[in-house]
Parts: sequence; structure tokens; C-alpha cells
Amino acid sequence: MSSFNQIRAILSQKTIGIAGAGGLGSNCAVSLLRSGVGKLIIADFDVVSDANLNRQFYFHDQIGERKVDALRDNLLRICPFASLQMHNIKVTPQNISLLFSTCDVVVEAFDLADQKQMLIEYMLTNHPEIPLVAASGLAGWGGTEMLRIQRSGSLYICGDESSEVSDENPPLAPKVNIVSNLQADTVLGILLGDKQ
Amino acid sequence: MKIMLNNREEQFDAQTLTVAQIMEIKSFTFRMLVVRLNDTLVKKEDYSTASVKDGDDLKIIHLVSGG
Repeated sequence: MSSFNQIRAILSQKTIGIAGAGGLGSNCAVSLLRSGVGKLIIADFDVVSDANLNRQFYFHDQIGERKVDALRDNLLRICPFASLQMHNIKVTPQNISLLFSTCDVVVEAFDLADQKQMLIEYMLTNHPEIPLVAASGLAGWGGTEMLRIQRSGSLYICGDESSEVSDENPPLAPKVNIVSNLQADTVLGILLGDKQ
Repeated sequence: MKIMLNNREEQFDAQTLTVAQIMEIKSFTFRMLVVRLNDTLVKKEDYSTASVKDGDDLKIIHLVSGG
């Protein structure tokens, strides 16, 4: 068993990249920061809207702010000494290496499936040595016993791989939080070694 | 041939099959997929040429929107 201080000593040396600061990215960032991860590099181009507040780590008085600015403020309220690199940018194949090539682990936290595929294919092709923790399938409620983590080499996929977001099946806080924290926990497992 | 498909053992009559043929047989219909053959990425344009043989480890992962 490691003490929390020993765990923090390891995690404080690590840099985690998070692509997307929505439901997955904002909540995953909070858990990683609370766990003691040394540095977070977060990229998103969106602004906070009313519809985001059902699951994302933002507050009503932040509506209209850029997500990377609002998330920086919120993370600094948890830990004023956090090392944060926030990028207000749309993640594309042209900037992924620039953003994330120094990271120990990268978290895929996009909304749209084609964006997820773009990041996964780019990372597996160009940075196969960097573990990538992605998410797929977290809409609606119930069926949380179907949530799982699939691993293939350096790629980890968290979710049920089937519940797709739609007008009739919106993303809701509980399941989005569970999956974003499955991602955060998977990151810890990669950094600290699998045990327990 | 016997392969591991998404961590489960699967048997097929043919000696080899392409990734596309296995997708058709097993009815993988999602639009967005990540395919890994023995932990190597298979891109979409290669689904119909990448051949799977006995003992291979194939993972076909669905990507659905939401985040």
C-alpha cells in the first residue's frame, strides 16, 4: 500500500493532456487535480452555455465565458498552485502533437464520435507510446453495470460502447460523471501501476 | 480459424477473412469504429484488405457520440 503522500509524490511529476473540456473533460480534470497530478494541459474552443450545466463542471455565473478560462478558475479554486496549460483552440491533426506530445497520458474527452476517431487514429499512428484514455457510450441513465474499460495496447476505452447521445437520450450528470471518473481512475492506474 | 474477437473466442469456417468480412458476418453496423488487429490500428480504407488469420486478436470498438 502507498500512502497518499507517496501517491502524490509520483503524480506530481506527471503531465496529463485532456482533449475537450465538456462533460468528460471538465469532471476528469477535477478528479485528476484532486488526486495530485502535477500538470494538466487542456484544449477546448467552446464557451459555457446553459445546456452544459446539467453535467459539466461550470457554474451559472460562468455562462458565456470560454470553457478553458472558466475551468481554469474553477480548478484554481480547488488548488491555487495547480500548474495548468489551457488552450482555447479546436483540436485538429495539425495541432495534436504540439499540444500533447509531452504528456504522460492523454484523455479523449470530445463529444462527437468523428472527433473521437480523429484523435484516436492520430495518437495511435503518431504517438503510440503515449497511453490514450477515450470514452464511448455514456448517454441517458441506467445500465451502469454495462460500463467497462476495454484495453488494446496503449488505447483504453471507457463506457458501454452503445448508448449514443440524441434528443431522446441526452447526456446526464450521473453517467457522464461515472465515465469521466472511470477515465480519471484509468489514468491513475496507468501512472501508479495496476493493483488492488 | 479461431480468433479472439473483443476478448471472446470466435470460430469461423474460413481459413482467413478480411476485417470487412468479419464485420459483415458479426453485423458491426456502427458508423464510427476503431479496429485493432493484434494491437495495431487498421484504418477504414484497409478494412477490405486487412486479413485476419487463426490465432489473431481482433478488437472492433464502437465509437458513439456523447461527452
